[in-house]
Amino acid sequence: MHLALAVVLSALLFGVGVYGVLARRNAVALLMAVELMLNAANLDLVAFDAYWRDRLHGGQVFALFLVVIAAAEVGVGLAIVLAVFRLRDTSDVDELTELAEHEPAQVADVTG
Amino acid sequence: MTGADVVFGLLGLVTFAAAVLVVTARNVIHAALWLVVSLGGLAGCYLVLTAEFVAWVQVLIYIGAVVVLMLFGAMLTRAPIGRVQELDSANRPIAALAAVATAGVLGTLVVTAFKGAYVDIHHTGIGDGRALGGAIFRYFVLPFEVASVLLLAALVGAIVLTRREI
Repeated sequence: MHLALAVVLSALLFGVGVYGVLARRNAVALLMAVELMLNAANLDLVAFDAYWRDRLHGGQVFALFLVVIAAAEVGVGLAIVLAVFRLRDTSDVDELTELAEHEPAQVADVTG
Repeated sequence: MTGADVVFGLLGLVTFAAAVLVVTARNVIHAALWLVVSLGGLAGCYLVLTAEFVAWVQVLIYIGAVVVLMLFGAMLTRAPIGRVQELDSANRPIAALAAVATAGVLGTLVVTAFKGAYVDIHHTGIGDGRALGGAIFRYFVLPFEVASVLLLAALVGAIVLTRREI
């Protein structure tokens, strides 16, 4: 099969993940978009493993390591989201503006 | 255009459509369920690319564990379960622009780089459990052990972060 199919699908999935990370407000939905981006990288690794006919299967082994890292990332990420929720009573990333230099003006008005 | 192309194209279509629904669904639970469809389609793509073991790991860990963890997170943070508008922030047009730009740049780059590249899936080594187990425990032992320590650290960190009194 053509390699272009796999790499174009990977690029599209990465774009969808970028949209999700930028557009979502809920922290859990944001983590789902991060998962999509990680999976795009995984698809590239597996596709190039098959393309180069790697005898050591380096691409697939690294895809497995990426799955492990994604699992760790989700675990710690959800723990942080839970801790923030317990502290601030919200998991809305637009309202967590404590570290912003200037207070954003009309963020809260969207819920209106 | 071979059968593998057709199958991969169809699976890719399902994966992409489900991914779009993941980031546009009005309901967190629906988004998590669409994530199952997307990751399952991706597991099918891995099967077409002869990565058998990675496909089953994808099903076990992503669909079995990560999505369930997401659902737990959605429930525990009392995420808006119903159909709500507030799931998306105000910068959706800019986000869509950035996403289209990213996908466009990446897509044109890889298409121009690998236009005629052909994956001969009938002559690649099948990535089954025997092949990958041999590769991991012969050549990638140190990264494997480091990954296990990383998982342990993440486990301890998650417990410390979520416990109320420490």
